[in-house]
Amino acid sequence: MKKDSWVASPFMVWVVIFTVIPLGMVCWYAFTDASGAFTFDNILKIGTYWTYLKDSLIMGAVATFFCLLLGYPLAYIMSRASWAAQQTMMMLLMLPQWMNFLLRTYAWMTLLENNGLINHLLGQLGIGPFHMINTKGAIILGMVYNFLPYMILPIYSVMEKIHSSLFEAANDLGADKLATLRRVVFPLSLPGVITGITMVFVPSVSTFVISKLLGGGNNMLIGDVIERLFVGAAPNYNVGAALSLVLMVLILISMAVMKKFDDGEETGGLMM
Amino acid sequence: MAENIISLKNISVSFDGETILDKLNLDIQDGTFVTLLGPSGCGKTTTLRIIGGFQEPDSGDVFFGKERINDLPPHKRQLNTVFQRYALFPHLNVYENIAFGMRIRKKSEAEVKAKVAEMLKLVSLEGFEKRRTSTLSGGQQQRVAIARALANDPKVLLLDEPLGALDLKLRKEMQVELKRIQSRLGITFIYVTHDQEEALSMSDTIVVMNHGVIQQIGSPTDIYNEPENGFVADFIGESNIVDGIMHADCDVAFCGARFACVDTGFAKDEEVDVVIRPEDIIVVPKEESDLRGTVTSVTFKGVHYEMYVNVPGEEEEWIIQSTVAQEEGKEIGMTVTPENIHIMKKYTGDYAGDEELE
Repeated sequence: MKKDSWVASPFMVWVVIFTVIPLGMVCWYAFTDASGAFTFDNILKIGTYWTYLKDSLIMGAVATFFCLLLGYPLAYIMSRASWAAQQTMMMLLMLPQWMNFLLRTYAWMTLLENNGLINHLLGQLGIGPFHMINTKGAIILGMVYNFLPYMILPIYSVMEKIHSSLFEAANDLGADKLATLRRVVFPLSLPGVITGITMVFVPSVSTFVISKLLGGGNNMLIGDVIERLFVGAAPNYNVGAALSLVLMVLILISMAVMKKFDDGEETGGLMM
Repeated sequence: MAENIISLKNISVSFDGETILDKLNLDIQDGTFVTLLGPSGCGKTTTLRIIGGFQEPDSGDVFFGKERINDLPPHKRQLNTVFQRYALFPHLNVYENIAFGMRIRKKSEAEVKAKVAEMLKLVSLEGFEKRRTSTLSGGQQQRVAIARALANDPKVLLLDEPLGALDLKLRKEMQVELKRIQSRLGITFIYVTHDQEEALSMSDTIVVMNHGVIQQIGSPTDIYNEPENGFVADFIGESNIVDGIMHADCDVAFCGARFACVDTGFAKDEEVDVVIRPEDIIVVPKEESDLRGTVTSVTFKGVHYEMYVNVPGEEEEWIIQSTVAQEEGKEIGMTVTPENIHIMKKYTGDYAGDEELE
């Protein structure tokens, strides 16, 4: 196409080695049996693992919902704050992210344990103890805690670009704060919301660390199943690859649906 | 005489210890085209924002008719604004932008449709309903912004330097159009600009401001022909402003020459500012006038030549506009008819263009 498209060649090499070839291998494993013959059996095995897949999708969706519920108002407040306040809030938001992901999740284990810090404090008040660790709630909490910044940042970056004159114009035309939020801010922030949802939903659905640490093994997600099929006691690469492929297709479909929704609503949302 | 629709009483605003508006009083008559004119930082935009409700004055009262509206938020005021950078909603097409205010007020679809059509006709944008605002030119966006504001039937339309981003030709077209829209609708327009030519060509009344203080209020001809002080004279068109001494009524001396004028009421030998428009200076052979100078530059400006003349003893060169060019370096005489000599009280503030605040 363009003359200087060759500058993309290092990236092209990278993509071929680390994306195209591995993806081809996943496909190859998914559609062959142990002897290397072509088969659909691996894909059809999804029925066996359906509950894990369903749980993953539901919990990913719930976690995404809570991230949106917490993140959207915060992104709005941040985007309208003074520059100094914006910087401070950004700092506070990013600070925990600089700590290791595993460490953060381990910390929640000790907090949520039956005789952990939270139950201990509640006990002082005469409440509890509550069984929190190794529940679905704990996993969702872990997802929300770890992935919340990925919801806030894209929404914030879109909202921050909404020029203050649009708020004044809406106000001038008779809109109060709520009407301005509904008719101006929300539609304009939609591209950020779509990105945020994707960025939280995808890692939530495919996580296995959070479910393992906070779910205690009896709340397996599809990610845990795939992990076991590859590194567990009885590995089966073919079924593992098939499950990965199914999960990937499901995620791609959900992203395409979201994108469609976004396009239908607005195309120039990022522009002022 | 028409009623006042907007009255500002003793409005003061300061920001970070700097005075933006200083006890400003202004009455705006219903149905007129009023322009707030001044250099940047003069407080004209702040005045407009106070009327619009986007900014609260530190002290003073804002009246809409007889009602005090200080505490009324913008969305409850019966006025609309055309913003400097249009501020169109990028997620809505032209139709929905214009319909925005009516949608808030829950007008019926039929009503909205009729009004949008009427507004598009008013601003000559029929057929643009479905267009995205980002595909419009600056001039078209401006028209949409005007239509959007007027669709709410405001009693007063506020315009904040709306033509500033347009090129010269388009600006002239829009000036004519704005004036046409205003006289057709008969509502009050309050227009903010730093462009004196724009102010002169559109306004019924011009309010000249500097440093948060009104310098002069009057019709364009008054402002141009009878500037009240040196600032106004300097800001409205080019002027020669020199020190003079009033020897008696209708008798003034400046630059070593003595002239008859038409101004009276000054003290004997009072020091005054003498303002002479460049186009009012008549070039004569040097023997025929006591006011003499050497031509230092001649520039062709289309309709006329603009010449700078060095007058001995004067710090600044005189500026002359004439259809007849003089030779550079030639010594000429200059004369002015009495009615073209404007005598003003000494102005102690600074002149336009001396500093750019904001």
